[in-house]
Amino acid sequence: MQDPLESLRLVTEPALRLSGLVKSFDRPAVKGLDLTVRAGEFYALLGPNGAGKTTTLRMVAGLLRPDAGAISIFGIDALRDPVAAKAQVAWVADEPMIYDKLTPLEYLAFVAGLWGVDAKLAERRAQELVDLLGLGPHGQERCEGFSKGMRQKVALAGALVHQPRLIILDEPLTGLDAGSARLVKDVLIERVRAGATVILTTHILEVAERMAERIGIIVRGRLVAEGTLAELARETGREGRTLEDVFLDLVAAQDTEIAA
Amino acid sequence: MTPATLSFFVRHEGRLVWREWLWWIKGRPRGVVVGVVVASLVFALLHLVAGIIVKPLAGLADRPDVQGYVLLTGIGAMAWMLLLSQAMESVTRVLYSRGDVDLVLSSPAPARFVFALRLAIIAGAGTGLSVLMLAPFVTMLVLAGGSGWIAGYAVLVAMGASSGAVAIASTLILFRILGPRRTRLVAQIVAAIVGGAIVIGLQVAAIVGFQGLDRFSVLTAEATLQAAPALDSLVWLPVRAATGDGLALAVVLTIAFGLLGSTIVVASRGFADHVVAAAGAVRRTGHKSWVSVPFSSGGARAVLRAKELALLAHVPWLMSQCLMQILYLLPPALLLWRSFGEGADPAPLIVPVVVMAAGQLAGGFAWLAISGEDAPDLVATAPVRPGLVLWAKIEAVFIAVGLPLAPLVVGLSALSLQAGVVAALFILFAAAGSTAIQLMFRSTAKRSAFRRRQTASRLSTIAEAFSSIAWAAAAGLAAVGSFLAIGPALFALVILGVIKLFAPAPVSR
Repeated sequence: MQDPLESLRLVTEPALRLSGLVKSFDRPAVKGLDLTVRAGEFYALLGPNGAGKTTTLRMVAGLLRPDAGAISIFGIDALRDPVAAKAQVAWVADEPMIYDKLTPLEYLAFVAGLWGVDAKLAERRAQELVDLLGLGPHGQERCEGFSKGMRQKVALAGALVHQPRLIILDEPLTGLDAGSARLVKDVLIERVRAGATVILTTHILEVAERMAERIGIIVRGRLVAEGTLAELARETGREGRTLEDVFLDLVAAQDTEIAA
Repeated sequence: MTPATLSFFVRHEGRLVWREWLWWIKGRPRGVVVGVVVASLVFALLHLVAGIIVKPLAGLADRPDVQGYVLLTGIGAMAWMLLLSQAMESVTRVLYSRGDVDLVLSSPAPARFVFALRLAIIAGAGTGLSVLMLAPFVTMLVLAGGSGWIAGYAVLVAMGASSGAVAIASTLILFRILGPRRTRLVAQIVAAIVGGAIVIGLQVAAIVGFQGLDRFSVLTAEATLQAAPALDSLVWLPVRAATGDGLALAVVLTIAFGLLGSTIVVASRGFADHVVAAAGAVRRTGHKSWVSVPFSSGGARAVLRAKELALLAHVPWLMSQCLMQILYLLPPALLLWRSFGEGADPAPLIVPVVVMAAGQLAGGFAWLAISGEDAPDLVATAPVRPGLVLWAKIEAVFIAVGLPLAPLVVGLSALSLQAGVVAALFILFAAAGSTAIQLMFRSTAKRSAFRRRQTASRLSTIAEAFSSIAWAAAAGLAAVGSFLAIGPALFALVILGVIKLFAPAPVSR
């Protein structure tokens, strides 16, 4: 049974708070990033190739250790208590990493076991997810030979089977057909309605425009703009224009600034 | 537009091989030096062993006799079957691997060129392997028996070429008979059986006839010599060629290269169709698992263990390796069974074989469980301590090693409790040694790269082999109650200590 104070903290704290996050490889990838995502929000993190989006999200998911800065997930210090933080999070990579030799249901049993979900509950949820994502007829087949879309659906089901409070998706719609993409988008919106927080990166700006409540634009490792589409458009003096226009303006402005 | 020619593909394949070598050397400057030193030591050791083995055969070039011919033919046949086994696996790999095959097949270039070349490379690699591994034996024969034995080097080349030809032909025949879906599995089983057939057959005959595991006792037996054909028989053509008979050598080389050339020409024509068929089989869905990961409330450790065991059961290339190890366990099992009725003590013979198998099996399993993680992000993002993940994987390795060996240990314990305990203990040590080496050299790789793990770290493979041999020797001595067992056991620990110095530093994220 969870401590009531702990439950309250989980509700009131932001889903994600990044403070002064820094990460360098052979060159700086993320430079002192500050970012806050509210609980129950659908947040899109946009940026050109190499902007530092994936590096940022991999640090949040615990896949990379930042050189400096802090990561707080629902108030939990992810660097000090990574196990507690990871219990709240699901990570879906752009290239679905699943086990070819397991069936979707076995994969879900494995993921549920890792997150410590009760077996009966996990089995029920897994079956529901498999049916919801149209994997029902393939539930008992090994994943080898599955198409990219089917693999992405299996990975998504894995991310949802333990009912995470924060779902992080890196380019989840790349390579999906229209039907699969719609299904994934519907599932994510349904999760946000149910109270989960979703952060996704995408190069398909229409997706961010239609789905995200707030959008963050990251360029060369720094958050250069953040807000609703209307707020971003106002900031660039492009009211009434599409996210694509706003985004390209912001990126071009940054490039000009750096060149100057 | 000029279609790609054979020379175009030769240049292309040559460049790929060369670049891979360059990448390998550049990434491991210290590894190359160590590799050269270790290879030189192994090569020197091989000469030493070869000198002892071939000493009785050295006079064969000047004084032919049936016993020498039988012995040399037997040894040659064992080596040839091993080469054939390796080549069969390589041909199967070319059939089922994707790599750049889609690009080649979708291009207007004649695909037969590229496949002919790849089949020739398999034969060439087999020939290189046979020369490298068996040349010390020929060298020692030349030194001890005279220049007549120089022809032996050419016979080694013929062995490599002919084994390559037979491997290509037999794998494609299997493919035609069984179809693409079953050939990969069956070809591995056949390759494993072929590789061990003569050695195991001779051992079984030795157990039945001579109460021992010495495979040479059959070759030197009176009954074998009486049944052997006369010295002028065509059966002895390869031996006569190796001992310097020019005509025999010409015939052997002509047959080997004629067979290889014609096989490659014929096989490469239809090879593209086979590769396309194999690709269809690989992509077919609908396989049902026979080992499963159940929904369980047993915790992350239990589910990780179950996942590893389920995945180990489904690695296609693991089948041949396990089967080979299990096949080599058959003769000791037979010896054990016979010993029950006769009150003999087979422990000193059986225990080292079982321990050796444990070390080798553990190496493969440990690589798959520890380095071969197909979803590293998933495991890394789970709310589980990294140490627990590692322990669960190690437990899975020990379970996977223990399962096939348990019946033998139980049988051994029924015969002699002490031998059973020694076997169980040293199986644990050998498995722990190989697992520790894999832990030191752990990386993140796809399970499908299992076949290339030896290439990725030859040093760990060599260390694994030496560690298993040392533990096997210690187990054999411990089984007879000798305190000398401490020697090889210490050597095994020294191997671990030395190899730790060369292990790559852990990757910081």
